[in-house]
Amino acid sequence: MATPTVDKAAEAGQPEPGFADSPYITVTFRIRRFNPEVSEDASWEDFQLEIDPKERVLDALHKIKWDQDGSLTFRRSCAHGICGSDAMRINGRNRLACKTLIKDINPEKPITVEAIKGLTVMKDLVVDMEPFFQAYRDVMPFLITTGNEPTRERRQSAEDRERFDDTTKCILCAACTSSCPVFWNDGQYFGPAAIVNAHRFIFDSRDEGGEQRLEILNDKDGVWRCRTTFNCTDACPRGIEVTKAIQEVKRALITRRF
Amino acid sequence: MQIHKYDTVIVGAGGAGMRAAIESTKRSRTAVLTKLYPTRSHTGAAQGGMAAALANVEEDNWEWHTFDTIKGGDYLVDQDAAEILAKEAIDSVLDLEKMGLPFNRTPDGTIDQRRFGGHSRNHGEAPVRRSCYASDRTGHMILQTLYQNCVKEGVEFFNEFYVLDLLLQDVDGVKKSAGVVAYELATGEIHVFQAKAVIFASGGTGKFFKVTSNAHTLTGDGQAAAYRRGLPLEDMEFFQFHPTGIWRMGILLTEGARGEGGILRNKDGERFMEKYAPVMKDLASRDVVSRSIYTEIREGRGCGPEGDHVYLDLTHLPPEQLDAKLPDITEFARTYLGIEPYTDPIPIQPTAHYAMGGIPTNVEGEVLADNTTVVPGLYAAGEVACVSVHGANRLGTNSLLDINVFGRRAGIAAAEYSATADYVELPEDPAQLVADQVERLRTSTGNERVAELRKELQECMDANVMVFRTEQTIKSAVEKIAELRERYLNVSIQDKGKRFNTDLLEAIELGNLLDLAEVMAVSALARKESRGGHYREDYPNRDDVNFMRHTMAYREVGDDGTESIRLDYKPVVQTRYQPMERKY
Repeated sequence: MATPTVDKAAEAGQPEPGFADSPYITVTFRIRRFNPEVSEDASWEDFQLEIDPKERVLDALHKIKWDQDGSLTFRRSCAHGICGSDAMRINGRNRLACKTLIKDINPEKPITVEAIKGLTVMKDLVVDMEPFFQAYRDVMPFLITTGNEPTRERRQSAEDRERFDDTTKCILCAACTSSCPVFWNDGQYFGPAAIVNAHRFIFDSRDEGGEQRLEILNDKDGVWRCRTTFNCTDACPRGIEVTKAIQEVKRALITRRF
Repeated sequence: MQIHKYDTVIVGAGGAGMRAAIESTKRSRTAVLTKLYPTRSHTGAAQGGMAAALANVEEDNWEWHTFDTIKGGDYLVDQDAAEILAKEAIDSVLDLEKMGLPFNRTPDGTIDQRRFGGHSRNHGEAPVRRSCYASDRTGHMILQTLYQNCVKEGVEFFNEFYVLDLLLQDVDGVKKSAGVVAYELATGEIHVFQAKAVIFASGGTGKFFKVTSNAHTLTGDGQAAAYRRGLPLEDMEFFQFHPTGIWRMGILLTEGARGEGGILRNKDGERFMEKYAPVMKDLASRDVVSRSIYTEIREGRGCGPEGDHVYLDLTHLPPEQLDAKLPDITEFARTYLGIEPYTDPIPIQPTAHYAMGGIPTNVEGEVLADNTTVVPGLYAAGEVACVSVHGANRLGTNSLLDINVFGRRAGIAAAEYSATADYVELPEDPAQLVADQVERLRTSTGNERVAELRKELQECMDANVMVFRTEQTIKSAVEKIAELRERYLNVSIQDKGKRFNTDLLEAIELGNLLDLAEVMAVSALARKESRGGHYREDYPNRDDVNFMRHTMAYREVGDDGTESIRLDYKPVVQTRYQPMERKY
């Protein structure tokens, strides 16, 4: 070990950084396949591969696609949890494939991977995102102001900026919305992600469109459909307290204070 | 095949594409084509900030910013363009704030600013706080804010439409843009978009390197399409290696970490940047810091059992400061390395980050067919373009600035052009090249595999044309790329379907990467000097007498069908700054 600081990490029982001396392990991935060009029915298919457990589930999917079956289809781009392309259901839980390390999900047993729920599957792990983005667009996710624009920036105190910081982290990956049992049963529900993005503006001190957005969310398919199951908060790869944000929107609807 | 008609078509929906779309949609019927969804674009991965001399926290002005940009680019920057960039930076940041971007704030409620590499007070006296930021996810906030405003303006998107060809037509001896050809990923259908004006804003090409901060999807599609149609590519030998990528993975850890006080250390715990850049230290420009890191590693002072990385040390910074200012990158260290940055230094190495070169444009975003001739109706902005405001090395925070300043300019210019221009007639069979390409890949029975060729390309590029280059390494890259291009003709794919065929997509992307890698290597071989991101160990000094000029690379096809690259050169625009020795 090169420096005392790294020895300290090893003593603390933390995994050592890097891959140099990592043993490869054999892992089975059980993937839900669907391709209507081939068959109308979806089915599970197992793939075995040798992989370093410190690698990502996305790395495993790439290895399968590149070495075993080029037809395996999934979305991905940045590969480090920022672009929101690769939300999928891994061992029954919504996660980003690029933010989930294999060692963190018990590679002893087959790891199941399937498309997120509540949105139509197009092929393998790819779903139709249009209804999700439509709900987002419906809440007017942009700053609404009246009057003349100032010459310089609008002032905002650090406290006012902090008020909605959590909900600015959203990457629109749909992990929350597609983990929500209400959304599974009724695709008309806006879903958590749209409400999170409404929250981001309702609680922004510069915004003057709060009332309009609250009326939209007061709709029968709006915020009242939330049954507070906290699935969304658990699913969020950005650590946003989604359920809390929804509760704050509900409270604002009652008190009309935000 | 479907044919669509729009006034303006924008290719790419990252920062530059969406900033252009907000302007052009107000003025002309606009379509935005993106091979992803807009919010997946890699602008969202930018972290540290956007430069503008707002002077909110200390004295600053656009002239200092102009100078820093030119010096940072090792005097290969076109100085008129740099001046526009620095001047318009201020309104550009204020525009984003008015669009809703949640910048971090000063105690009096104005936009907060922090230090960043190469940005200095009064021509290099000391670091200056010029970077306007939103935590360490400024790019994410810019991408979201621009998308939100596209929703507000009703911008029309064609998501997961992959543009594979640019249609250029000869009209009375003038090469004009007629539109683009796109492949719809969901269905496999080919679409022709006839447009009076086309803006390329399709991003960078970093995926020809192995260790890179770039997304899988950054495969130089726009550059490759333009190049194949005979347009030049400018300064492709200049690629930026960001000093602090996560060791072996390449994931970006913002320079803002050093702006907040982070320090680079070698295996002896030494703050080695003091030796290489006595004034700016860890905040010297990126090319300087990346070379310093590799010098430490080569001289045996690298960390780890293989001595192949150094540390980014944040342990002396208060945890509250890390939580408030650098929450994302500290989480990356925890997630991907299992390291706690409060107490342990983070292993890092330089990572391929940004293409300074690209499709040549003037300051209005108009694409050039040679050193001076504009292609009417064709525009480019952002990383795909070369204005050139970044010269031989881009300063940190100047790319988020570039996409906003030149995205806006291109959007306005294109829409104003399409307001008065006529449609250029489409060629007889506009989709032919794309249809042939797709059909060939889908039906090929060759025995070469995309993943294998891509891996060999990336390993070759990392080994031969990264931070340090020599005649010998570049020549071996040129030879290897030629071999890979030959083998690419024999590539086949497993997925023969039409629906969401990402196997096919990756094969096409690889073709683009191979074309551009060759241009990069050939351009690098001819530049027998060291300047900015291009460092030749066999020519370690800058040579202003012979090489103060932009490289222009053209694809030539001989009578017998053989392809070659012709290099030409373009003068650098110099206004008020004479080249000086570059010290930090």
